Amino acid sequence: MRLLALCAIPLATALVVFAAPAFRGRRVPVALLFVVACAHLALVTSLWVVPPLPTLGGWLAADPLGLTVLTLTSVLFVVTAIYIVGYLRHEAPRSGRVFAGGLLAFLAAASVVALAHHLAMLWVGMEATTLSVAPLVFLRRDRRSLEATWKYLVVSSVGIALALLGTFFLASAQGQGGGDMGRPLLLPDLIAHARELHPAWLRAAFLFLLVGFGTKMGLAPMHTWKPDTYGEAPSLVSGLMSGALTSCAFLGVARVTEVVAAAGLGSFAQPVLIAFGLLSLAVAATFVIGQRDVKRLLAYSSVEHMGLLVLGLGLGGVGAYGSMLHLVNNGLAKGWMFLVAGNIALATGAATAGNRGLIRTLPASATLLVLGLFAVTGSPPFGMFVSEFTILRAAFDGGHPWIAATILMALAVIFVGMAALVLGMVLGEPPAPTGRDPGAVAVRESRWLVAGPVALAAIVLMLGFYIPGPLRDVLTRAAMALGGTGP
Amino acid sequence: MRDAAQIVLLLVVLSDLAILGTSRLSSCIRGLAAQGFLLGLLPVLIAPQLSVHAVSLALGTVIVKAVALPWFLSWAIREAAVRREIEPIVGFIASQLLGALAVALAFAIASRLPLPALQQPLLVPVSLATLIIGFIVLTTRRKALVQVVGYLILENGIYLFGLTQTESVPFLLELGVLLDIFVGVFIMGIVVFHINREFDSLDATRLTELSD
Repeated sequence: MRLLALCAIPLATALVVFAAPAFRGRRVPVALLFVVACAHLALVTSLWVVPPLPTLGGWLAADPLGLTVLTLTSVLFVVTAIYIVGYLRHEAPRSGRVFAGGLLAFLAAASVVALAHHLAMLWVGMEATTLSVAPLVFLRRDRRSLEATWKYLVVSSVGIALALLGTFFLASAQGQGGGDMGRPLLLPDLIAHARELHPAWLRAAFLFLLVGFGTKMGLAPMHTWKPDTYGEAPSLVSGLMSGALTSCAFLGVARVTEVVAAAGLGSFAQPVLIAFGLLSLAVAATFVIGQRDVKRLLAYSSVEHMGLLVLGLGLGGVGAYGSMLHLVNNGLAKGWMFLVAGNIALATGAATAGNRGLIRTLPASATLLVLGLFAVTGSPPFGMFVSEFTILRAAFDGGHPWIAATILMALAVIFVGMAALVLGMVLGEPPAPTGRDPGAVAVRESRWLVAGPVALAAIVLMLGFYIPGPLRDVLTRAAMALGGTGP
Repeated sequence: MRDAAQIVLLLVVLSDLAILGTSRLSSCIRGLAAQGFLLGLLPVLIAPQLSVHAVSLALGTVIVKAVALPWFLSWAIREAAVRREIEPIVGFIASQLLGALAVALAFAIASRLPLPALQQPLLVPVSLATLIIGFIVLTTRRKALVQVVGYLILENGIYLFGLTQTESVPFLLELGVLLDIFVGVFIMGIVVFHINREFDSLDATRLTELSD
């Protein structure tokens, strides 16, 4: 019942916001958004306290993997809803209906993806996330955002189409297995009968689902939409996309990996995952250097972290646990960084290298930006350090020292590239005030705009020192489902 | 019925190659409509016995793929005043050769895949060929609208593959129709947001302001 409500409440609210003419303004849709976000988080919290039973004939269930992604999405959504209150005082999207409705539809679709245990339903949810986010990318309605939206839609929809074909292949693997294979495309039945699945079709299904959902994750070389989309979308939308949407897409990859691992085909899947991971790291390291826009920089950082996620899966063992922990860290840190980039863009027009001396003009955001730089590049004491270290340990344990060396090299290059841009913006002399009242800039850092990033930063910092027992337990069980081990 | 299905599948391949070779937008859309109609015939021809599900699937397919989407595309051409030539990046002869290669490749792959004692041995190779040809159209044509046609052909390939699974997994094929929502969004995007006005033409290669 609760599982159904998690998907149905945001969907119903989105439909009401879209359809009812009473919601022309911005105040009511945004208030609704806030209420629904809090209710969603409350329901998700109750799932941690009292584990739910599967509903809809097993189509909806909250296993450790799905629960992790669902919780991450819900937390990011609440933080974004708080941020929106401050955001709307400075920048008004043309249509409050499209804005709030799109965000709510995204929450519904992401909840479906996280809870779906039927792979066709998972696919439907994934398609819905793509469609619900597209109008949000186009919110500014200018030439550049149109180009970004078009690229995003074309590349993602080809990815979605390939994922559908992969789902068909999986059905074929089940159909060709012979004997009683359980209910079609239902995850528990697929895993229970994994060894009887037809291996050739299963391999094909894995490849197509990896490429399809990998496109939505933004793994290189299917990442081309990412810098443009994150760069042009409003920062809070980019934050949700790189924090929650990519996590949902990773869940798609993780689901098929679960089946492949249960079928004993890990030795086939692992090199493919490692190859995509290393390529993503290399591409990110290449393009991070010389970036002049924080949001595009963060997009390449996202490519890097998606690469690390599949690398962890591919390395197996403790790497799977590292991936799960990294999923949480990356989601929170990306939300944090994009919201801070949004603050800078609100105050100065654009979060680009043209800014100087932000530490004086926007002290809170500049401090959060520098801390975030250390967090997303995996420096201690933040959570990403622990998860990246776990993935590195998996590389050494698995006897792949050259993979570990490649990861370290890419991380070093990315750190230098990111630090060059961020420190250049934060330090230095602020430009002479050109008619702009310096007092007005200070006002723009309202509490609404800073509270969310501070909360996310606090969680990421905490995860660097201490992982709460229930979370550790859930992540360990998720890692074991992926064919790995606990910490 | 078996022979009729074989002939229809061969006609699908021919329509693929025809779309690759045509230089005019209108004949491209006509080819697509014909392909949609052929796809609509298949559920009935393949089903072991005539069922309500097969007939409704066939009707739905014909309505969406042979009537609605082609009409929508033609409407977009008129509405957005698109020029009628296709403007390929790869020439027509070259793309037809590529298409022929794709067909050969599809048969080669399909012969290596373990197939069930299928009622239709041609189904999987034709599906793969259509898929690859859709991808060729998507990547080698300049106009946004023709890329949409390429995406539709790619989708038709997936639909054909889905036909092999209709017995074991009901309603799997209907999922493919959800992909058509994307196409609807694309076409609406072209018309409502005036991709041609913003970018001077529907030339997607001019969407290059954002790059590294």
